[in-house]
Amino acid sequence: MNGDNGIAIDVKGLTKSFGGREVVHDLSMQVKRGSIYGFLGPNGSGKTTTIRILCGLLTPDSGEGTCLGYDILRDAEKIKRQVGYMTQRFSLYQDLSVRENLEFVARLYGLADARGAARDMIKRIGLSGREEQLAGELSGGWKQRLALGACTLPNPQLLLLDEPTAGVDPKARRDFWNEIHALAADGLTVLVSTHYMDEAERCHEIAYIAYGHLLAHGTVEQVIAKSALTTYTVTGEGLNELSAGLTGKPGIDMVAPFGTSLHVSGRDVAALEASIAPWREKSGLHWHQSSPSLEDVFIELMGRSKDNFQ
Amino acid sequence: MSAVDHPAPRRDIRERFGFLRRSYAMLIKEFIQLKRDRVSFAMIVMLPVMQLMLFGYAINTTPHHLPSAVLLQEDSDLARSILKALENTAYFRFLYEVHDVEDFDNLLKSGKVLFGVEIPRGFERAVRRGDRPALLVAADATDPVAASAAIGSLGMIVQTALKHDLYIGDPPEMPFEIRAHARYNPAASSSLNIVPGLVGTILTMTMLIFTALSVTREVERGTMESLLSMPIKPVEVMFGKIVPYVLVGFLQAFLIIGIGVGLFGVPVLGSLFLLALLSTLFITTNLSIGYTISTVVQNQLQAMQMSMMFFLPSILLSGFMFPFAGMPTWAQYVGECLPLTHYLRIVRAIMLKGASMQNLHFDTLALAALMGLAMTIAVTRFRRTLD
Repeated sequence: MNGDNGIAIDVKGLTKSFGGREVVHDLSMQVKRGSIYGFLGPNGSGKTTTIRILCGLLTPDSGEGTCLGYDILRDAEKIKRQVGYMTQRFSLYQDLSVRENLEFVARLYGLADARGAARDMIKRIGLSGREEQLAGELSGGWKQRLALGACTLPNPQLLLLDEPTAGVDPKARRDFWNEIHALAADGLTVLVSTHYMDEAERCHEIAYIAYGHLLAHGTVEQVIAKSALTTYTVTGEGLNELSAGLTGKPGIDMVAPFGTSLHVSGRDVAALEASIAPWREKSGLHWHQSSPSLEDVFIELMGRSKDNFQ
Repeated sequence: MSAVDHPAPRRDIRERFGFLRRSYAMLIKEFIQLKRDRVSFAMIVMLPVMQLMLFGYAINTTPHHLPSAVLLQEDSDLARSILKALENTAYFRFLYEVHDVEDFDNLLKSGKVLFGVEIPRGFERAVRRGDRPALLVAADATDPVAASAAIGSLGMIVQTALKHDLYIGDPPEMPFEIRAHARYNPAASSSLNIVPGLVGTILTMTMLIFTALSVTREVERGTMESLLSMPIKPVEVMFGKIVPYVLVGFLQAFLIIGIGVGLFGVPVLGSLFLLALLSTLFITTNLSIGYTISTVVQNQLQAMQMSMMFFLPSILLSGFMFPFAGMPTWAQYVGECLPLTHYLRIVRAIMLKGASMQNLHFDTLALAALMGLAMTIAVTRFRRTLD
């Protein structure tokens, strides 16, 4: 479709500054049609800005690319017709009811039968019986469902979801992700930003962005493999001392507690082995090498990018 | 816990000055916020300066240079002398000289002149014969303040001015009679002046505020982000936001006019349809100006302040509170830029003078132009992105 070879988003060199501060720097990415693309990164890393550029809400200072085959600079209006954008903050009308909000969106997109479309969507998102409730009175989980319903109502080809599950309980989060997968199975492309590692692992591909720079991308396995991180998991007594003792030693890039265990990671295997050698003999500590988790990789990436860009 | 851990005197002081300490914290915070809010800061300076200028310089309850017309049915030296004398008083300024009664009436009806002097045929001859003919003076009394001051001074002026001009020596009494006619409001009833004026003032205030808040409210509640990501054009947003309030404004106008007619006996001499049509134009003009305000301000407080900044001169310079003709030229120019000025002329003309569309071309065009200007600014100012 549109001669884009199955690529929904294809952008190069996006840069955007606010008041002299560069929020997105030379960002390039490709998202395949029908895939779920996870967008990860710390707060203020430029995720929201990138999403807003993609749906035409912001104009990049430089860079180019296409979204659903349309030029992001020239065809913003055409892109808007095909894209559903779910904002980070609830942005439907709090003083309209569930039904009225959906009918408003349906009419705006010029759907033939706005009432019917809204009615079907209410059923689909499980809000039957709450049609006449004001959107502002809904709980967090219901608001999120309504927002998803509103942005899928005009049958978009691309969904941009900005931290859709922030502040939502685990059950609602799981339901939400099942819905996302069902939509992707129907051919919809989904770009979703999140802070949750378990959600990242449910994406087909992920990208890690920090301080406006895209630091890693690919499938979860690829990102972990590319990090070339060696990780040891330590359990036992005196983990606090161990943590204090190892931090900052050569070859130790990251020391992080995970429940009752401590993860010790580094990219330089030899230096890492040398630094932990004195502690490995210590009684009461159990060491075993493990593959790094996605979280290890990200925290390490974040620590590294902080040194480079701040 | 022992007293050693927490030295007693110190805790005492903290508690005694707790009120001051917390108030101080609040005070510092308020100052910082005030400093950041540039528009509020500008208001603190602008509002008193504007009020002083308007009340001090622009407003003058004794009007002068009233736009006047003369209906000349004979061209005699005496007639010229009288007109000259009237003009010399600085009360009147003769803008039109007509020879036809219908033209004369239309000038008064359309509000182009507030004053008309009629010199009848055979006037000079009648004076010479000592017949004491009547000099007819018609004043537009829809604004009784403006009219009465001028009428009151008329007799004296003419007599003094003509003293050395008249060839019949020093006359013991006026050689002619001045017959003043306060048109449209012979009883000089102030409710006849105020009720139509109130229609315009109330509409200005409410319409402005309704739309001035409309865009900023969307921005503040976060719904703008969603709205901008959807395929809707700025013009469409504007029309969608203006049209419902046209009906609200219409209801309001109906209410005020209804009460005015029912309780205060204000007549509606002209066509109700024309009144409704031009009121709709005025309502839409104000809504577009409010909407324009909404696209330039940052938040709802600023929107309210900007509306006030527009409303204040509207009341003072439109001719609602003080006679338009009494203001200096610069203030009249400012007044011409305000929709209320034109609507006041329209509504007074239709209700009290029975004016028809042909009398109101200028004010109708002015309103339409102001509306077009406001809408153009609003649509170009409306930001389609969050940049």
